Amino acid sequence: MIPRQSRHCLLIPLLLFLVAGCAPAGPPETVTSITITNVGSDTMVNLALAWAEAYHDLYPHVSISVTGGGSGTGIAAMINGSTDIANASREMQQEEFDQALRRGIEPMPHVVALDAIAVVVNPHNPLDGLTITEISDVFTGGIVNWSELGGEDRPIVLASRESNSGTYMYFLEKVVRQDDPQSFALFSPEALLLPSSEIIGLEVATNPNAIGYDGLGYVTPEQKTLKVAVGGAGPYVSPTIETVRDGTYPIARPLYMYTSGEPTGEIEEYLDWIMSEDGQRIVAELGFVPLSGF
Amino acid sequence: MPRKAKDLDWREFFIEQLIRLMGVSAVALVLLIFLFLVREGVPALFEVPLSNLLGQRWYPTFDIYGLLPLILGSLLVTIGAIALSLPLGLATAVFIREIAPDWVREVLKPSIEIIAGIPSVVIGFIGIQLVSPLVRQFSGAPTGLTALTGVLLLAYMALPTIISIAEDALDAVPESYRHAAYALSATQWQTIWRVVLPAARPGIITAVMLGVGRAIGETMTVMMVAGNAARMPLGWDAFLRPVRTMTATIAAEMGEVARGSTHYHVLFVVGLALFLLTFVINLAAALSIFRERRGGGGRFLA
Repeated sequence: MIPRQSRHCLLIPLLLFLVAGCAPAGPPETVTSITITNVGSDTMVNLALAWAEAYHDLYPHVSISVTGGGSGTGIAAMINGSTDIANASREMQQEEFDQALRRGIEPMPHVVALDAIAVVVNPHNPLDGLTITEISDVFTGGIVNWSELGGEDRPIVLASRESNSGTYMYFLEKVVRQDDPQSFALFSPEALLLPSSEIIGLEVATNPNAIGYDGLGYVTPEQKTLKVAVGGAGPYVSPTIETVRDGTYPIARPLYMYTSGEPTGEIEEYLDWIMSEDGQRIVAELGFVPLSGF
Repeated sequence: MPRKAKDLDWREFFIEQLIRLMGVSAVALVLLIFLFLVREGVPALFEVPLSNLLGQRWYPTFDIYGLLPLILGSLLVTIGAIALSLPLGLATAVFIREIAPDWVREVLKPSIEIIAGIPSVVIGFIGIQLVSPLVRQFSGAPTGLTALTGVLLLAYMALPTIISIAEDALDAVPESYRHAAYALSATQWQTIWRVVLPAARPGIITAVMLGVGRAIGETMTVMMVAGNAARMPLGWDAFLRPVRTMTATIAAEMGEVARGSTHYHVLFVVGLALFLLTFVINLAAALSIFRERRGGGGRFLA
């Protein structure tokens, strides 16, 4: 379906340092080596790592240290002034933006890729598709048995990300609250809040009762992706590059990199490269959706 | 000559002061940690109404900060883990110290201590891959990420602490007590149950307390296997449902908060609650040992 790369355990926020200083001292370099720090979204961490590695291969004097932790973590780091680039799978909230301004930082969003949130169940689950309203009822705890949706008589187990995840916030606003700003619906308190995409994948792959959601790039063959419809009449749409780009798949979102003010120097060059054909090819390789035009 | 003696005096003084400083600093550090928690946590008490903090729902992203499910969650897994590991650990300690032949002891003791060295993230990994599917299949619970899974793993992690300390406590019971019991024609079992264990009681209580400390403070393992749903763990099936502990909450959320925000301060209140809880438990244990000592050593023979 979608090309993916093997992913290793991201159980702990993954930290990778590309140390430029390790390169053997060849002819004296005219450029001084610099390090760009890049913190945030767990959804984006593999993508950010792949970009960082490829960019470092091209420009060895630039090292990019990538850390996960969640979009909230990245934005907090941006507000606290401890990162150059914050990865976020959601937009900054007004409160966060104000906090940053008070500290003299003006966060600037850059859309670097697109992502769809897949709703996944165990492969043994006979269900093929759900409407947004049904998914919302499931995740708020209104529907607690698969038989209410025409499935087997099994209790429903909700597998969600932790609340620091941008995916969590996006899913809450777009699906649980069905894009209604007046809605105060919340995830059911019974929902499992799992610390990583891998653990969600594991729970969904091994537990026939489970339903979860996660970025398209994280869906493995051991999980079954449900088709999603906006209304009961359909159409039920699978998340693919085409359906995300043409907007027919309803749960898709842009992925952001935030910089402090207008990017300059090496950071600007890095972002330009990410939005170039080379950068966007990596997006597709990791199972995300490249910006249109590539 | 006098100069040399003076030198020695000076050295003596220096070393004495250094040791005193270390002793005091251990206490001072605990005090400083407490003050730090209070300083960072107290603003939350002004920003969040008490009725909110004592609520039953934890949705920090929406300013709903009910601490009860977290406190009860920590208590549930800790009590469960100790209830499981205390009898097991004590029995193992008794076996190692009182019953096992020397060579078995030589093998068992170090292997048990190795368990204590397994990183918690590794135990969590085993838990999620092996224990949680088993829990789901055998208990019929909807998911394997339950309080029970956490309890099983925490009990395993508390075992080496309980065994080592309890074994040391049994070892400290003078051999003459055992000889006296045998001289009164007590059987081995009677000697262990009626003489050795009561005499080792203060040490065993210490073992339990350290085990409790291990269980209540454990973060990574619980975060991985207990499901982290902030529900009130009150029903009869609480062990077969997911649970969210205080430690997992702090670990999962501390990275996301902006310094100085309400959520940030509330997380310190969670830390404060955790601190006070362990402090009270340790205090209770210390008091009970203290009372025992004052009561005199002969009581257990009565």
